[in-house]
Amino acid sequence: MYGFRRVLAGLGLTIGLLFGAPAGAQTADIGQLVTALATGSFDDKEKAIVAIAASGNPRAAAIIEALGAGTLYVRKIDARIVIATPKAGGLALADAATGAAAGEGSEAELDRVRVNNRLRRAIEAAVGSLTLMSPDPKVRREAAAAVFKSRDATALAALESALAAEKDPSIRATMRDARAAVLLGSDASEAQKLEAVAIIRERGDREALSLLRGSQEANKGAIGNEIAAAIRSIEQNLQLWQAAQNVWYGVSLGSVLLLAAIGLAITFGTMGVINMAHGEMVMIGAYTTFVVQEVVRARAPELAGASLLLALPAAFVVTAAVGVAIERGIIRFLYGRPLDTLLATFGLSLMLQQAVRSIFGPTNREVSAPGWMSGAFELGQLTITYGRAWIVVFAILVFVALNAALKRTSFGLKIRAVTQNRRMAGAMGIRAPWVDAMTFGLGSGIAGIAGVALTQIDNVSPNLGQGYIIDSFLVVVFGGVGNLAGTLVGALSLGILNKFLEPFAGAVLGKIVVLVLIILFIQKRPRGLFAQKGRAVES
Amino acid sequence: MQRRMAIRSGIAAMGLAAAATWGGAALAQGGPPIKVGILHSLSGTMAISETTLKDVMLMLIEEQNKKGGLLGRKLEAVVVDPASNWPLFAEKARELLAKDKVSVVFGCWTSVSRKSVLPVFEELNGLLFYPVQYEGEESSRNVFYTGAAPNQQAIPAVDYLMANEKVQRWVLAGTDYVYPRTTNKILETYLKSKGVKAEDIMINYTPFGHADWQTIVADIKKFGSAGKKTAVVSTINGDANVPFYKELGNQGIKAKDIPVVAFSVGEEELAGVDTKPLIGHLAAWNYFMSVKNPTNDEFIKKWQAFTKNPKRVTNDPMEAHVIGFQMWVEAVKKAGSVDPDAVIDAIIGVAVPNLTGGLSTMMPNHHITKPVLIGEIQGNGQFETVWQTTGLLVGDEWSDFLPDSKDLISDWRKPMNCGNFNVVTGKCGGKGK
Repeated sequence: MYGFRRVLAGLGLTIGLLFGAPAGAQTADIGQLVTALATGSFDDKEKAIVAIAASGNPRAAAIIEALGAGTLYVRKIDARIVIATPKAGGLALADAATGAAAGEGSEAELDRVRVNNRLRRAIEAAVGSLTLMSPDPKVRREAAAAVFKSRDATALAALESALAAEKDPSIRATMRDARAAVLLGSDASEAQKLEAVAIIRERGDREALSLLRGSQEANKGAIGNEIAAAIRSIEQNLQLWQAAQNVWYGVSLGSVLLLAAIGLAITFGTMGVINMAHGEMVMIGAYTTFVVQEVVRARAPELAGASLLLALPAAFVVTAAVGVAIERGIIRFLYGRPLDTLLATFGLSLMLQQAVRSIFGPTNREVSAPGWMSGAFELGQLTITYGRAWIVVFAILVFVALNAALKRTSFGLKIRAVTQNRRMAGAMGIRAPWVDAMTFGLGSGIAGIAGVALTQIDNVSPNLGQGYIIDSFLVVVFGGVGNLAGTLVGALSLGILNKFLEPFAGAVLGKIVVLVLIILFIQKRPRGLFAQKGRAVES
Repeated sequence: MQRRMAIRSGIAAMGLAAAATWGGAALAQGGPPIKVGILHSLSGTMAISETTLKDVMLMLIEEQNKKGGLLGRKLEAVVVDPASNWPLFAEKARELLAKDKVSVVFGCWTSVSRKSVLPVFEELNGLLFYPVQYEGEESSRNVFYTGAAPNQQAIPAVDYLMANEKVQRWVLAGTDYVYPRTTNKILETYLKSKGVKAEDIMINYTPFGHADWQTIVADIKKFGSAGKKTAVVSTINGDANVPFYKELGNQGIKAKDIPVVAFSVGEEELAGVDTKPLIGHLAAWNYFMSVKNPTNDEFIKKWQAFTKNPKRVTNDPMEAHVIGFQMWVEAVKKAGSVDPDAVIDAIIGVAVPNLTGGLSTMMPNHHITKPVLIGEIQGNGQFETVWQTTGLLVGDEWSDFLPDSKDLISDWRKPMNCGNFNVVTGKCGGKGK
């Protein structure tokens, strides 16, 4: 009985909406459109978006934005179309067409109105033209950028008035670009179009290029020539930027290689241990990050943004401990037997992988990126992602800190003493076996904190380390065994070389070419870029 | 005395056989168990994907045993680990067939592992159910392909992008091995036949596990700034997908501008990614976990209970195993025996419900009928179907878009009984022209 009454009420509401009983003709119209928006096919929905945007209804922006944000729902029980906002213990609902409160609900009682890419584009264009006059400068900027992309001719009038009212110079510039884009696609006069081409040419980025190329076919004659000239000039400019981009990508790849290899530069470079389980130290560091993140999420959610920083010391301690255990348990019995060390550590790497797979499962674990590491910023025509930029900074910091530790601390002095002349160091009262264990622990710990950084760009899976082990050895051998500066230069030059080869040769061939070049280089200079000098090397 | 014993045991055996045939649930213990081989990597690179398939097989077998087994006999799973090592796949397959004497094998993921075991199955006359979408160009009497052939995944996806997104420029990006290379060759011919010019197609291959996508994503951006609508068709496989999508998200390539449609990214692969920046990128499969119907709801519930993880996702190759297992069960019932030859004859035409609400049928070419679904990635790591074929498509083993294979057909029914019949020369065997 109750349900029946609800249905009746719902029916009444729908009829009311259809015939505009509550608030006049305008609402009736929008009610119909909203129904089409929520229940029609994707084609109907697209038409409804355009119609709502053009209706001039004050609710238009709110409705379309809700659709875009996925907060527009159909309530199952009465087919009422509502906008939901999250609140404690559920969702607060408001009628889409009127904005009147419509009680509360939960996800289970609602059907989300579906959108696809085509609708998302229509939504973006509609919201763009509707919010050009918004009081929020950020919204206005986005709106202007959206109109630039959509080139929606109907937005021209709104754009003109927004341009007249706009005070912020950078938003004005975006709006000017948007206006030029719209004009170029419309049947404006030749003079207007020429002016538009000039404005877009000034913008000079890929989007401008895309826009100009797209309008090349429709515009012949003087405008066509002007467009062709603009395309040439932008392309030339972008070519220069591309070289800069390759350098940046190379530095970025190099910093990843440096992070992966720098721990190995200690264990293999200074101690001479061929440690095939080095990659697994990186992997354990990455899993430690995952565990720290989960603990932070469960215990102190407010620290979630800092969980990566908290993971750094944790990863160092965990992997250093594993490293010391490996040195004490296996490697110390194998000093001076490189082949046995190689086989033992290779076996160990497989065991560690399988252990992690048994504990955490074979599937990837998600380590989320903190806000300050996601997204990108523009530097001229370069897109630099924050994640990569931070990794470059981090790699340099690790390098500097490690260098200082080796050169400036008494522990570093002991390490150098033991690796250069073990017996003499022993005679001076240094406990060589203890230094060995600590050195191996240090190298492993550094690999662990490299793992923290790699969670941001790679999979956290048991195979994480395998992908880096070959590259790490390459870097250390190429840079010169036993030399940290060599590792730095080696990593960066390999990174940059790789990135300059990749656009021509492709990723697969590029890697092969790099490998061949290194082999040739090692033939010429067996000790790598920075060969160590002195008596220690001779022996 | 001895003779009488022999007679007695003979009678007992007959009784047993009779009980097995007519017995059903009540007499489930009436015979030695039927062995089912599971040949999926539980360690190494492919463990990430294949372990799940092993689990789903164990669940299906357990469930069948609860229903009373098959032919009155229990099913017994024999699990081996080929460790993502292709030659080891062949060795383990031989071990399953020759030593364990399994009646059927469910297994393999990569095409190279399937190619590696193929001669073993043909030599020892075993049965293999292969659950993953693949490049086609193969039809063996001993293999049943329950994943999608290119015409059940790649071509409909491209059609969708052409019709709905008005895409004119194509990036075909893939991992460097046989599946992406063959699929891209098919797609390239197909696109050209639709009037796409050569300069509007960019093909790019990357090694397995490629992690640094900066250059390639920048190249895609560059390629996309030609003033024509551009899309990426991705056959990137395995671990490389996560850094690829991360880079796309970070460099701000939105699905609205350059959509990426993937053939190897499912719910399981998205589990390690924050999907909010990826909303709207696409995947083409024959099944999505988000498909709403009672069969699928029940399957998801059973799966999550079996794995004791209420968040565990399901994916397309799992559905393929569900279909393949049911088909094998039905075929064994029909044949009244687990003998491979009897099952091969009985299984053609067997139709079983799939998880998207239709009936999938085993066709004479050992491929099955499937619906094709195009889904967009949502913020919660699921796909939402935005388009699907009205009916089911028959898997086309020999692509019509490759010169070598367009004249070939496969039909394993008698009297043709041939996997590569050339309709031009009228002979079995040999590549076309």
